Amino acid sequence: MKRILAGAFAIAVMIGGSAAYAVQPDEIMSDPVKEARARDLSRELRCMVCQNQSIDDSEAPLARDLRLLVRERISAGDSDAQVIDFLVARYGEFVLLKPRLEPHTLLLWLLPPIALAGGGLALWLNWRRRSKSARAEDPALFKLTAEEEARLERLIARETSPDPRA
Amino acid sequence: MIAEAGHYALVLALGLALIQSTVPLIGARWRDSALMNVARSAALAQLLFVAASFAALVTLHVTSDFSVVNVFENSHSLKPLIYKITGVWGNHEGSMLLWVSILALFGGMVAAFGNNLPLSLRAHVLAVQAWIASAFYLFILLTSNPFLRIADPPIEGRDLNPVLQDIGLAVHPPMLYLGYVGFSISFSFAVAALIEGRIDAAWARWVRPWTLVAWIFLTLGIAMGSYWAYYELGWGGWWFWDPVENASLMPWLAGTALLHSLVVMEKRNALKVWTILLSILAFSLSLLGTFLVRSGVLTSVHAFATDPTRGVFILLILCIFIGGSLSLYAWRASALKQGGLFAPVSREGALVLNNLFLTTACATVFIGTLYPLALEVLTGEKISVGAPFFNLTFGPLFVPLLIAVPFGPMLAWKRGDLLGAAQRLMGAGIAALIALAVLWAWTFGGSAIAPLAIALAVFVIAGALTDLAERTGLFRVPFAASVQRARGMPRSSWGTVLAHAGVGVALIGIVCETTWNTEYIGSMRPDDVAIVAGYQLRLDGLTQQQGPNYREMMARFTVSRDGERLSVMTPSKRNFTTRGATTTEAALLTQGASQLYISLGETTADGAIAVRIYHKPMVLLIWFGPVLMAFGGMLSLSDRRLRVGAPKPAKALRGLQAAE
Repeated sequence: MKRILAGAFAIAVMIGGSAAYAVQPDEIMSDPVKEARARDLSRELRCMVCQNQSIDDSEAPLARDLRLLVRERISAGDSDAQVIDFLVARYGEFVLLKPRLEPHTLLLWLLPPIALAGGGLALWLNWRRRSKSARAEDPALFKLTAEEEARLERLIARETSPDPRA
Repeated sequence: MIAEAGHYALVLALGLALIQSTVPLIGARWRDSALMNVARSAALAQLLFVAASFAALVTLHVTSDFSVVNVFENSHSLKPLIYKITGVWGNHEGSMLLWVSILALFGGMVAAFGNNLPLSLRAHVLAVQAWIASAFYLFILLTSNPFLRIADPPIEGRDLNPVLQDIGLAVHPPMLYLGYVGFSISFSFAVAALIEGRIDAAWARWVRPWTLVAWIFLTLGIAMGSYWAYYELGWGGWWFWDPVENASLMPWLAGTALLHSLVVMEKRNALKVWTILLSILAFSLSLLGTFLVRSGVLTSVHAFATDPTRGVFILLILCIFIGGSLSLYAWRASALKQGGLFAPVSREGALVLNNLFLTTACATVFIGTLYPLALEVLTGEKISVGAPFFNLTFGPLFVPLLIAVPFGPMLAWKRGDLLGAAQRLMGAGIAALIALAVLWAWTFGGSAIAPLAIALAVFVIAGALTDLAERTGLFRVPFAASVQRARGMPRSSWGTVLAHAGVGVALIGIVCETTWNTEYIGSMRPDDVAIVAGYQLRLDGLTQQQGPNYREMMARFTVSRDGERLSVMTPSKRNFTTRGATTTEAALLTQGASQLYISLGETTADGAIAVRIYHKPMVLLIWFGPVLMAFGGMLSLSDRRLRVGAPKPAKALRGLQAAE
């Protein structure tokens, strides 16, 4: 779902009157391999004046400038990493939609796996504690009395005999 | 006059909510059933007054009364009637009024249909509902009054944002709010249980239908919003990991977890403490979503800081309710007795695993959405967290979850047989492997992950069908007998099968659309032909026409395949004169579950027009899946066992029979 009201508002305000859309025909590079690289890179880069849009999706003039810049660097022979580095040097970390693993983003990247591992561990400990305490509370629950054993024997014998009523 | 009446009705609703939030609690303390019953009449009266207030605002919009600020800023006399009505909630003040109206609606429904609840539980639940309602009435009356007048009424309004002038606005926000606000009921039940210090399987049975209602609406609301974005915003995307979307996804994930843990609680009286926590979390996340969307904090932390009244008010509500309920939880939860034991490999174990992954997924979205805000507030550093982050962290969590989905219903309660379940799922596994082999052969050299993901989806769907076959004894008993069994199967079991299959269906759509989407971007002149995924699209020409409150440029494309003419597609661009804004109206052509999608760009001086054409294979499955899930939910909801609630005393039944 894109945009509950506020989202739609924000976007529409930012788009303003311009109705150009994302990648323009005149931007496309003649080499399809390079163009594909440019598109992939564009999806990872943020249009800095928009609310959470990649430059591949955005209609803002700034996004177009960035798309052209990416293509310029690619034609100049830069590798993908070099293009990214160039843009980060120029516009800062804010341009990356996938932040790099650095001290100030450490928590961002580590919290999801920690949540999963922590949750799993808590479940396991909880289960062990509960099954232990249940056993400690009432060991009789897990053992049959001699009388019960005998009844069980009889039941099994009856089940396995050819005539159940015998 | 109407505006003042609407305003006054809202003030009266606040008064009623204040009564409803205190008197029943005193009644519960004194065991006075008359005082406890005040909750019921107050809730119904509150609903009446909020409905009157909402009707007043609708009337003002419909009659284009521009002496009211809200109408002036969001309406226009030439706007079609439907958008005059939907425009009521297409703005901050109106959408908050819709929010409280739905809250009152749910409160009223508990009051009207909660006859089988114990009196003190109903009193507590409605009192907690009234706390929430009071907070939001105050918010509206103090910071966002939709009934304010202008001293000097203008002749014409400023019109509604053109992006919102769409049928999507009629359906999406009300559905989403029914979902968001619906979780308030599970929240109120949880807080009531904590106050009373009593919770049992019957509690779960009472909460389940309400949670299910909220979940169905939220599922449909999210799917509907996604489809709206897909056709309205004109670049063919359907999910953007935008904070506003995440705000609705988080309660959905928590709510889905809650639905599953409620099953365990109802059937086995276990997971009580956890279920209470999830009920609190699901609604807390709804409140968080309301805060994120309504406070302006998303546009910029600074926008929030410069005009803080609304944001701070909602933040205050957020802190009081989330903080308060969690403190109550910390204080009282240990008093709740833990229920039945179960082995890790069991139906309960599978549902716990489901909860683990869903809550972790929810936490991931939470962290990704709020981390940049927190970092900026704390250190001033600005980072972006977007789709690539979520695809990398959120996606993998669903792989183990989806593998586990078919196993859940195959396992017995208390202690399950994993090997036995695996044997019964052999057919589903083979179906998945065949799908994998076929896809790999077919897309040889292409993406390696996509066939794996589709195989997983096939496994989930085939697993759901295996569950159905197991329950009806298909292939083991004569066919007529299985049909008989299928008819007698509880509707909630049908619900499980459909909802689980829906997840698989949606996954197929998502994978196909993202992997095998074809795109054409080019400048076209009349009579030019574009070839996309085997379809020939000929631009016949461009025409201008006048709509009610916009001018439109429409292009006409003839679509054909292998020389055979299929259809005509007419994408357009609309220019709304009042706001000077333009929208792209994409044209869609459905072929099976796939779609052709055309959207228009700028015209150039030499008469060419920029065109974007997509072929999106299986794209409709993305929304068909959630619809199937919601339908499963509805079947579950219609299950007699849920409607009946807790068994009634036999005496009452005999009384009824005697009367006949």
